[in-house]
Amino acid sequence: MNGQERYEEFDEEDAQKDKFLTFSLGNELYGIEIRHVTEIIGIQGITEIPELPEHIRGIINLRGKIVPVMDVRLRFKKPFREYNDRTCIVVVDIQDISVGLIVDSVSEVLSIPAKEIVSPPDAGGGVNRYIQGIGKSGAIVILLLDCDRLLNENDIERLAHT
Amino acid sequence: MNRRDLTDPLLEMYIYETFQLLERIETVVLDSEAESAFSPQSIDEIFRNVHTIKGSAAMMQYVKIAEIGHAIEDLFHFIRADEDIETDFRVLSGLVFRVVDFIKAQVGIIARGEVPNGNPELMITDINLYLSALKQSEDSRPTIAYRAVVRFQDHCQMENVRAYNIIHRLKEISESFNHDPQDLLDDSATVEDIRENGFRIRFHTDKEYEHVHRFFMQTAFLEEFELMAEDAADEAEDRKISVSLPFEAPGTGNDSDYGETKGTDVSGKPDQARGGMVSVNVGKLDKLMDLVGELVIAEAMLTSGDSAGGLGTGSYSKANGHLRKITNELQDVVMSIRMVPLATTFHKMRRVARDMCRKLNKEAEIRIVGEETELDKSIIDQISDPLMHLVRNAIDHGIEPEADRIAQGKPGVGVITLEAKNSGGDVEIIVRDDGKGLNRERILERAFAQGLISNPLSEISDNEAYGFIFQPGFSTKDQVTEFSGRGVGMDVVSRNVEGAGGTISVESKKSAGSSITMKIPLTLAIIDGMNVRVGDSRFTLPTASILESFRPKPADVITDPDGNEMIMLRGACYPILRLHEKFNCKKGETLFDKGIFVMLEQDGRKLCLFVDELLGQQQVVVKSLPGYIKQMARKEGISGCALLGDGSISLIVDVGDLPGMNRSRNAPSFAYAR
Repeated sequence: MNGQERYEEFDEEDAQKDKFLTFSLGNELYGIEIRHVTEIIGIQGITEIPELPEHIRGIINLRGKIVPVMDVRLRFKKPFREYNDRTCIVVVDIQDISVGLIVDSVSEVLSIPAKEIVSPPDAGGGVNRYIQGIGKSGAIVILLLDCDRLLNENDIERLAHT
Repeated sequence: MNRRDLTDPLLEMYIYETFQLLERIETVVLDSEAESAFSPQSIDEIFRNVHTIKGSAAMMQYVKIAEIGHAIEDLFHFIRADEDIETDFRVLSGLVFRVVDFIKAQVGIIARGEVPNGNPELMITDINLYLSALKQSEDSRPTIAYRAVVRFQDHCQMENVRAYNIIHRLKEISESFNHDPQDLLDDSATVEDIRENGFRIRFHTDKEYEHVHRFFMQTAFLEEFELMAEDAADEAEDRKISVSLPFEAPGTGNDSDYGETKGTDVSGKPDQARGGMVSVNVGKLDKLMDLVGELVIAEAMLTSGDSAGGLGTGSYSKANGHLRKITNELQDVVMSIRMVPLATTFHKMRRVARDMCRKLNKEAEIRIVGEETELDKSIIDQISDPLMHLVRNAIDHGIEPEADRIAQGKPGVGVITLEAKNSGGDVEIIVRDDGKGLNRERILERAFAQGLISNPLSEISDNEAYGFIFQPGFSTKDQVTEFSGRGVGMDVVSRNVEGAGGTISVESKKSAGSSITMKIPLTLAIIDGMNVRVGDSRFTLPTASILESFRPKPADVITDPDGNEMIMLRGACYPILRLHEKFNCKKGETLFDKGIFVMLEQDGRKLCLFVDELLGQQQVVVKSLPGYIKQMARKEGISGCALLGDGSISLIVDVGDLPGMNRSRNAPSFAYAR
């Protein structure tokens, strides 16, 4: 039944296994699995939409496709920083939802094999909600994001607040 | 776990095709219903379609669907083979509909990406019961005695086993037979006997001569055979026939009866859309292709004019005009591709009406007017449910039982008219019945009981009274029946129609029937809009709901003690809504004399919207907001977004959903509109 699916997974895994797109937010370096990433674009005009949480900045027009954009800084409760020409929007596709992530700057694509990834320390209090692991590449440490949570924990959070 | 990828083209095609085949079967049965009998053609057609459904289900490994398809196919195969068999039309059509419904439900599940879970055992048993009942009734018919001599090809070996095989198959069509030689398997001497004298069989069967003949033709390694009907021997027509076969006989498998139907899955042209697919006239596609070709040339004209620099303004504006012309044409063609006639949707209602009438013991007939009217595909999908509710309601609440009708001097059979017609940019779809009409007193009584009315009853107009039936949970039926009475129907109807951007209204005359009119825009994809600016944001207002725009004198603005602002204009007073407040636009103008008012009207209510600036009127392409945004917050007052010429996005204001226009939170008397 799901032969085709399996095939696709296999195909993707082959080329994109252990590859992470890294970007910076302030001093930290974050990584996101490359298979989620659709494209990277420079910052562009964002249409605001009322009544949304602060970190959802609005929507952009990506060649006729309407894509919501999220400021990852604000998502992580970091202070807002004015957008400049280094600011990028990383368009990710997670479970058929396209979302643009606004990040300070995009660095490179790194290959981090599974043995170089450790699980985050259990700091309690849900501090590591968005991190699925910590990767090492040479001397650099990369926080690997859990994309599903990045997008969807909103709901839980929002419900908890209301 | 076992989810299939829904983008799988094979699966997509399967779902689309199966729905089409099912619809064809339904149509055939309903058409036959008029004569209360299946014609051989319709039996053939049902058989073919069922066969295809079974085949593709088996291919996609939906075993249950294939099983039930097989059962019903068997039944129709049997009926088809025998033209004079007596079938009970009601039973047969009942079975077919059950199967169709079952498969529909299963394929529906598949289309949602889930694993089909229905169990058709019971239905298969019913079908087989009916089939065996048919077979028995057939056995009681006079049988004919046949005598046959079969000769096998030389050197084919094991003649006795081959003969035994014939006998084995013969059991399917005949109850009593004897053959010579007798001991086929135990005595190897029979081989010689068969070689010398042929294999001789006498048997009785009720099958026609041709059928039996065909039966023998399927024998493997058949050299020659003689078949004689003994009863008919004294008839003038000599039925003795001798066939010589130079080679092996054609069909040799046991299921070769089906051989003739293989490959006949041409099930008529796909004439309607289903499951997100649309059949497109190739001519339109060709046109589209041509236009895209021209578009490329036009673009080249523009860019080359730019780079050469020497072409001058004249040719530039010419190229520009050319481009605009092509774009318009392109838009028209794409729109026309999306348009689908209402015929299929209307015809589906016949089935709904039939089932209802059966259950409720009423007689009603569906009349269809203007089925060729075309609507956007997405809208058709959206209104097919409301339409079904309306037809059901018409039969359940509207049409009276036959006796009552005759007592009132109406014809015994009720008439439900489905009518579609174009009116301006809208399509009107009318469901009209000639039943008893709405009961004003009863509705008001209920509305009062549910606390929907506060004003005196005499002040409520008929229109307002009838509007209550669109309230959620409103039902004047005391008992809940299978079809209605729960009061969930009409509000779903109005919500769906509303979702398609339409309005719904009802008219009724006591004992002459009622009619419900849905007014639906032709297409959702492109609207005429007025772009306005508020602060840094842009909004689009549908031009259709704009009455006028004006700059007020500050003196005309009144504020009431509750802080509600309103404006006096030509002696009438209108509420004011500041768009920047509504949508939290930070840099919006707050002083009335700096901005501009736009007066909007929807369903008779008027509202003045305060915006910073009018940007201009333009046709905009409507896009829905991304699902991610929608799930974050309820977007009150915004129906979607539009892409503007410079690539930026504006939000489309849903005029009917603005405060003061609002259908749900306002006086219920306005709820019927939209």
